[in-house]
Amino acid sequence: MLSFNWIRQNLFSSWTNSIITVVLIYFLASIIPPMFDWLFFEATWIADDRTGCTSDGACWAIIGARFYQFMYGFYPTEEVWRVNLVYALLPFGILPLLWDKMPFRKQFLIFAIVYPFLVFFLLYGGPGLTAVASNKWGGLLLTLFLGLGGIIIAFPLSIFLALGRRSEMPAISAICVVFIEFIRGVPLITLLFFGSMMLPLFLPEGLDIDTVLRALVAVIIFQAAYGAEVVRGGLQAMPKGQYEAAQALGLSYWQMNLKIILPQALKITIPALVNTAIGLFKDTSLVIVIGLLDLLGIGRAALADTKWMALHVEVYVFISVIFFIFCFGFSRYSLYLEKKLNTDNDSENK
Amino acid sequence: MNQDSIIYFENVSKWFGDFQVLNNINLEVNKGEKIVVCGPSGSGKSTMIRCINRLEEHQEGKIIVDGTELTGNVKNIDTVRREVGMVFQQFNLFPHLSILDNCTLAPIWVRKMPKADATELAMRYLKRVQIEDQVHKYPNQLSGGQQQRAAIARALCMQPRLMLFDEPTSALDPEMIKEVLDVMIGLAQDGMTMLVVTHEMGFAKEVADRIVFMDEGQIVEAKAPTEFFENPESDRTKLFLSQIL
Ligand SMILES: Nc1ncnc2c1ncn2[C@@H]1O[C@H](COP(=O)(O)OP(=O)(O)OP(=O)(O)O)[C@@H](O)[C@H]1O
Ligand SMILES: [Mg+2]
Repeated sequence: MLSFNWIRQNLFSSWTNSIITVVLIYFLASIIPPMFDWLFFEATWIADDRTGCTSDGACWAIIGARFYQFMYGFYPTEEVWRVNLVYALLPFGILPLLWDKMPFRKQFLIFAIVYPFLVFFLLYGGPGLTAVASNKWGGLLLTLFLGLGGIIIAFPLSIFLALGRRSEMPAISAICVVFIEFIRGVPLITLLFFGSMMLPLFLPEGLDIDTVLRALVAVIIFQAAYGAEVVRGGLQAMPKGQYEAAQALGLSYWQMNLKIILPQALKITIPALVNTAIGLFKDTSLVIVIGLLDLLGIGRAALADTKWMALHVEVYVFISVIFFIFCFGFSRYSLYLEKKLNTDNDSENK
Repeated sequence: MNQDSIIYFENVSKWFGDFQVLNNINLEVNKGEKIVVCGPSGSGKSTMIRCINRLEEHQEGKIIVDGTELTGNVKNIDTVRREVGMVFQQFNLFPHLSILDNCTLAPIWVRKMPKADATELAMRYLKRVQIEDQVHKYPNQLSGGQQQRAAIARALCMQPRLMLFDEPTSALDPEMIKEVLDVMIGLAQDGMTMLVVTHEMGFAKEVADRIVFMDEGQIVEAKAPTEFFENPESDRTKLFLSQIL
């Protein structure tokens, strides 16, 4: 640990090293205290508007005043328990997919299958629940709906696309290649536009697909195309002998892929897959161009309010922290998974 | 084609692009027979035995394995693969599965065997190749010889009627060759039909009913070992024997 020896060996092992250490310490010492002052000690936490923030520090009051919008958008207050329920159940809907040693995992896995349908029902409404139009959704709710929904639904699709692209059937492989290359070749923003502006032109009149769903579809196909290329990279790295051994044992195409090829190929693509997932999660902010207000959109709306003008730093710091919590979570999870899969192979007994 | 025939090649030819790898192969192997295939590098030995379980596709001629003709028909291919075990030069064990799981996978998924039965079966074969105390390890924790024996056990767990070996000892350190050959000799003594591509001439002398010598995609001669070593007909065989013996 931080013993005298450790310090000497790691921070002062040579003249250059010592100089760098001293400069860094000076740098940190002059940055960190004022930062903490601004963030915490001199910040204003409660105020009615901009003029109530008289201290030198941050004006966090804007976050408090807009907290509801940041979390739920414009979801009706009397129905907000539905969103809260979705949030509260989220860990039970996702953890069983991610954590193989979860207590009662089998039971929770069934719940994880039901959860997406439950989410749709709770958020949109249906029998017994008043309908809430999705243009009322916003903030973190929308970010999570599009981000997590896109990532989770796109994952199996990207596997199918990657397998399809490598298929020996020319028609299937051609369709997958065209789809992947087309989607990868255009920015997400154009897909969102396409979904929201063009799609209605092609659909019969009266049939109106909801804007949020259209955005979700755009996000899913975008992520599926990117994921497919990552997965294909993993498939290509598999030695030919693995396919041959599986075939020689009589395994069918799907058995071979599910049992032999994908477990190994996905394992080596975890870092890259998580990387694209993080990218997508952040890119969901682009839905602002089709008039949806995700976390970032709500932040910008708050800044436009004359009561709270010019508090950019506070708003963006807050939004960044929320995005960071999720993206850092993804990245830690990918490390955990890599480690787990490696030790599985090295330990004598699982 | 006679009654006991389990592998039947009739005028089989195959090309990779313009290059003809197999040139009019005729071969018939009877149940219980042990065939050793040898010949110079690139002569088509691997390609020939890989045609038997359709890892390679032949373009001309006829291949019948245990009564099933190999055509584009996927059902036929599945039927044949279920009855034919294969052991590769590079072992090709599944690195993400334990040795035991490597062995039970195909019986469970292809033969639809209950897991307990598959485990019992696998343990029997793993004991037979003498790695029953390593079954919970992963392939990369085993020596080459142990891995190859595990690969043999894995193939046996499908209870095949015929075993193909493609240079099973070529990737092994010399001190491990014997342990693998001993397993194969045991298998031969139990009456398994075997087609073995190998340059282990000691093994060939001891086990083979016939030695098939290939060169440039053709079967040059196919004879009992004593005949083959003492009385080779063609100059190509003589040259080959002078190089390896
Ligand atoms: N997939 C392929 N595409 C093109 N040529 C191939 C392919 N596989 C094998 N060949 C060629 O076919 C010839 C025969 O190959 P094969 O592997 O059957 O030879 P072999 O007798 O097993 O040789 P070795 O003793 O080196 O294993 C070689 O010239 C090889 O280069
Ligand atoms: Mg070969």
